[in-house]
Amino acid sequence: MCGIVGLFLKDRRLEANLGRYLVPMLTSLAARGPDSAGVAVYGAPVDAGVKITVARTAPDGFAGLAAIAAATGSGAPVVHGDHAVLTVDEAALEPAIARIDAELPGVEITAVGHRMEIYKDVGHPAAVAEKLDLAGMSGTHAIGHTRMATESAVTVSGAHPFSTGPDQCLVHNGSLSNHHSLRRGLEHDGVRFATDNDSEVAAAYLTQQMAQGLGLRDALAAALRDLDGFYTFVVGTEDGFAVLRDPVACKPAVMAETDAYVAFGSEYRALSRLPGIESARVWEPAPATVYVWEHAA
Amino acid sequence: MIAAHEALADLDAMTVRELNAALHAPDVATAAPAWRIVNPHGAHALACGIDAPIRVDIDGHAGYYCAGMNQRATVHVHGNAGTGVGENMASGSVIVDGDASQSAGASGIGGLLRIRGNAAARCGISMKGVDIVVGGDVGHLAAFMGQAGTLVVCGDAGDALGDSLYEARIFVRGRVASLGADCIEKPLREADRAQLAALFERCGETGLDPAAFRRYGSARRLYHFHVDQAGAY
Repeated sequence: MCGIVGLFLKDRRLEANLGRYLVPMLTSLAARGPDSAGVAVYGAPVDAGVKITVARTAPDGFAGLAAIAAATGSGAPVVHGDHAVLTVDEAALEPAIARIDAELPGVEITAVGHRMEIYKDVGHPAAVAEKLDLAGMSGTHAIGHTRMATESAVTVSGAHPFSTGPDQCLVHNGSLSNHHSLRRGLEHDGVRFATDNDSEVAAAYLTQQMAQGLGLRDALAAALRDLDGFYTFVVGTEDGFAVLRDPVACKPAVMAETDAYVAFGSEYRALSRLPGIESARVWEPAPATVYVWEHAA
Repeated sequence: MIAAHEALADLDAMTVRELNAALHAPDVATAAPAWRIVNPHGAHALACGIDAPIRVDIDGHAGYYCAGMNQRATVHVHGNAGTGVGENMASGSVIVDGDASQSAGASGIGGLLRIRGNAAARCGISMKGVDIVVGGDVGHLAAFMGQAGTLVVCGDAGDALGDSLYEARIFVRGRVASLGADCIEKPLREADRAQLAALFERCGETGLDPAAFRRYGSARRLYHFHVDQAGAY
């Protein structure tokens, strides 16, 4: 099953409300995915440097994080529940990631980017949102997922969104049938995976396509050709927001658009509390059709 | 707009389970023959399993399986409907003013499902006697495995229309993207035009010309195991 929500604000004046709009969207789909939840929030870009979001997977996971922050010239980590965000200089990014991976077994890196932070945790979506104070978060766009695991373990790393490139994330409802062969091809090209999850393969596929020069729209058009299986994807980039359903379109999707926002929900009830929904254009995205919205960079 | 004689069900103040229990009350047809449901917020299973000659108006969008298993009631959604609206309905009418998601009217054995907007994929899948009239377009695999009943599409039909069809009858006014396995176009005879005219009259539609439709049905080549094709199985 799984539930997906997404919100892309066109009216910049609403950015302070992003989290407040997202919480009821996410919790309304708890029945579709009660075992874990995650959100990617595209907040204000850092003036200089790059943000690293980490999730704590052991009670003492954050021990040592402050020392790495100090050694890599970043400010004190900003803590949200079991997550922390470090901001490091571009030059210090790779060393900081290497040190976190090597020295902090109790944390996992969930996101790297100028805007994007990813928070994900096991448990009921309402509890996850509460622990993060998701309602208090602001930003330009956000993508959330409530997971009913069918294919790999219920863990923080198995929760969506998956991120395989800076400011890029993907959430998935469905199951891919050719992910093993895609994974072998990507690994041959040097891509490293954090999980055995099929959705991570889709994320890495898009990251590779975009690294090779394709825009978000063309990368998704290529995915229609190369990915086999059931999927509804919602994809985020630093400035973009995209939706793609497979040609059979078994996995549900509803969208709503007003002058102020574009919203996605696996079911309409995820959208029913949004402001102005009564007069929004509400439609079901067509199968095998790429939908993209982008802010001017 | 709430009429004086209507029973009001506000889903901000009651659960869907409470609502459906009230609609299933043995004396509902005499005690409360007209209902108006407000603040549905896309909830699932609204007005499911009714077996009484009552009228239910839903002000807003409905979620999955709205008016499923309906018998005798008229359920009118003043908005869009999610997956499986009118699924397995046996009699009565289900009306959707907006669009319907996938599998509208699935397995329905009777009654009338009227969708004024578009219907998504698999509309009328495995239909067994229900009549479905769609004002707009239908997605792919409409009337898939349809056994009986009538699907009328006033707009266009997506790919694989009538795939693996048994005896359901299909009429399309617009373009058909492609026909599914064993579905073929058949001539529109006088009896077919009369059937369409009667169906439009049941819908209260006066502006539809039966002669503007084309008829599709089963070629009946997949009905039985065919020893000549044993190698293909």
